[in-house]
Amino acid sequence: MRFLKLRGTHVPHKKNTAGLSPVRIPTPETVVIPMSMHIGRPAEVKVKKGDEVRVGDLIGAPTSYISAPIHSSVSGKVLKIEDITISNGGLVPAVYIESDGLQTVSDSVKPPTVTDFDSFIEAVKQSGAVGLGGAGFPTFAKFAVKDIISRVNTVVINGAECEPYITSDTRTMLDKAEYIFKGIEAIKKYTGLKSFIIGIENNKKDAIERMRSFAEKTDGVEIKELPAVYPQGGEKVLVFNTLGKIVPQGGLPLDVGAVVINVTTLAFIAEYLETGMPLTEKCITIDGSAIKEPKNVIAPIGMTIGDLIEAAGGFSAEPSKILYGGPMMGITVPSLEAPVLKMTNAIIALDEKDAEPPKTTQCINCGACLNHCPLRLDPRAISLAFKLDDPESLKALCVDICMECGCCSYVCPAKRPFVQTNKLAKAKLRAYLDKLKEEKK
Amino acid sequence: MNKLISSVSPHITSSKNTTRIMLDVIIALIPAAVASVIIFGLRALLVIGVCVGVCVFSEWGFEKLVKKENTITDLSAVVTGMLLAFNLPVGIPLWQAAFGSIVAIVVVKQLFGGIGQNFANPAITARIVMMTAFSGTMTTWVIPDSVSSATPLALMAKGEMSSLPSYLDMFLGKRGGCLGETCVLALLLGGIYLIIRRVITWHTPVVFIGTVAVMSLIFGKDIPYELMSGGLTLGAIFMATDYSSTPAEKWGKVIFGLGCGLITVLIRFWGNFPEGVSFSILIMNILTPFISKLTRQKPLTGGKKQ
Repeated sequence: MRFLKLRGTHVPHKKNTAGLSPVRIPTPETVVIPMSMHIGRPAEVKVKKGDEVRVGDLIGAPTSYISAPIHSSVSGKVLKIEDITISNGGLVPAVYIESDGLQTVSDSVKPPTVTDFDSFIEAVKQSGAVGLGGAGFPTFAKFAVKDIISRVNTVVINGAECEPYITSDTRTMLDKAEYIFKGIEAIKKYTGLKSFIIGIENNKKDAIERMRSFAEKTDGVEIKELPAVYPQGGEKVLVFNTLGKIVPQGGLPLDVGAVVINVTTLAFIAEYLETGMPLTEKCITIDGSAIKEPKNVIAPIGMTIGDLIEAAGGFSAEPSKILYGGPMMGITVPSLEAPVLKMTNAIIALDEKDAEPPKTTQCINCGACLNHCPLRLDPRAISLAFKLDDPESLKALCVDICMECGCCSYVCPAKRPFVQTNKLAKAKLRAYLDKLKEEKK
Repeated sequence: MNKLISSVSPHITSSKNTTRIMLDVIIALIPAAVASVIIFGLRALLVIGVCVGVCVFSEWGFEKLVKKENTITDLSAVVTGMLLAFNLPVGIPLWQAAFGSIVAIVVVKQLFGGIGQNFANPAITARIVMMTAFSGTMTTWVIPDSVSSATPLALMAKGEMSSLPSYLDMFLGKRGGCLGETCVLALLLGGIYLIIRRVITWHTPVVFIGTVAVMSLIFGKDIPYELMSGGLTLGAIFMATDYSSTPAEKWGKVIFGLGCGLITVLIRFWGNFPEGVSFSILIMNILTPFISKLTRQKPLTGGKKQ
């Protein structure tokens, strides 16, 4: 295992904003807060039209175990509750709130009483924390593990930030280092876990230095410099490069004794434990060829992308494509009315030239895709099996472990849309396996 | 405003594309082309020109005929034309060179679906067709001082070791042979360029040439002559590394190179032909799907859960 090296690809870093501390954006007139900003069931709306709300008030309650509460990011009046289209094309109810500009904090915002494991988990749940690296998995569920000490050896803290442009995690490591370590102390105290590794790509020397200076004063924290080869921040890649273990097919890091948490999520939890202010605002990197002044901002969740970019200095060119997140795995924003979400760590706006889709040509069989896949999949074979409608082959090719990091599409000289095909192939395989299961019954 | 593109990630791609790769191959072939003109005279340029011209024209014409999207701008037909010309004697009648070019592009490449789809190397296959069809002109060699003569391999086969050119002449290409295969120096320069540009990896050429060296040692042959004669350097660097007709994975490339080397020495030492590089590559081309299947990388599933 030791000789195994995960592959990846070199992508341009474009960390233009790494040196810029986030600036607070003026509160917008209205915010649009959707009830689904996490993996799991959408939350249920707990307010109605005309209600007065304050910052931190609960406006959406979780409806099942894997779900997350949602809080108001402004003080003001509920304008309406209406379905909006989210990036995956689905409809989700959203609460429109008109801000009174005062940002009055709710009475419910007070530091939680945490004394033991259960109250810690409950506090993390109430904070509304979800994976802020982009995935949005409810954070409490990662720690709500029975016998956590016997099942988890190491908490892997993700500060890799391998996507081009994005520097919000870098800023967290530089500006909120003390909270990251307060978070580590809280996890130590309430879960009993002792070993922590912070993984950071070696193109962020400042962040590594700052984390090291804190780690020297803390027991059980190792700083791991990762090569600046995309995708170091991918959960499976990070677990392998820090612990040397491969997350099993269909499994979680927990299966190899790890819990992975993003640096910004961890810092947020520590802040919540101190202040009781739930997740209502985010540090966001705003960059891209259509952005006039690339910068980091702190913006309320629910602010529309249009308002956000306007407040951050506006566009330098007509945007043709806007992304939630970075250009390798980011999701396209459907319109300027779409809101900032909990897991939004960057808004990248691309001009016409950068957004132009590359021309796809015939595969020349060069093998670049399979020679760059971190998980050693064969995207050519997967595309062929998908085209031939052959789910058995898709199963044998293990398309289900694809993490959609985009290395294959990025390196392909024929510009073939492998990630798109892999997504469709995964759906096809899932449908096929479900059908098999049903037939067995 | 408000018309934003929706698409699946990634939203950036590398600057590498098919045209750029083919351009790199052409750049890598230029030293050998220049050497061929110096060694064999301007007629070498004429042969290269005819092959490239006919290859590009037949690709354009065939695609026009079957109403396929035109692909001559990807430059792959230029590469095929150059490689075919490199595999012909300088005195080849031009109509025969043109015939070979049409076979390479239309029969071997386009009838199987065009770029990336051909299972055999177009230039190699066309050369073998020409050797069968025009065996006279295809084996009439011109050595640099314009006297028709046998190639070093033919001389070695006959045991006429005293008439062999010196090692230095072999390395610089001053010997009888196909017009692009003789100058080892120029071919190596091209190979190094391709490896630096990451167009090819070292595996196939090194294993191919290495296998021939080891077998020559075992059977007591003169290793430098074996390595620098025939089309070995040209074949190992430029033909056995063709994307569509060879395995894409590292171990597949190693097996491919090994197979090529073994078949080459088999034909050279015991076969009726003095040279076996072309046949070895064609035979291994045919085995490529099996090699690829055998050496397919295992996805990192980390042992199944459940």
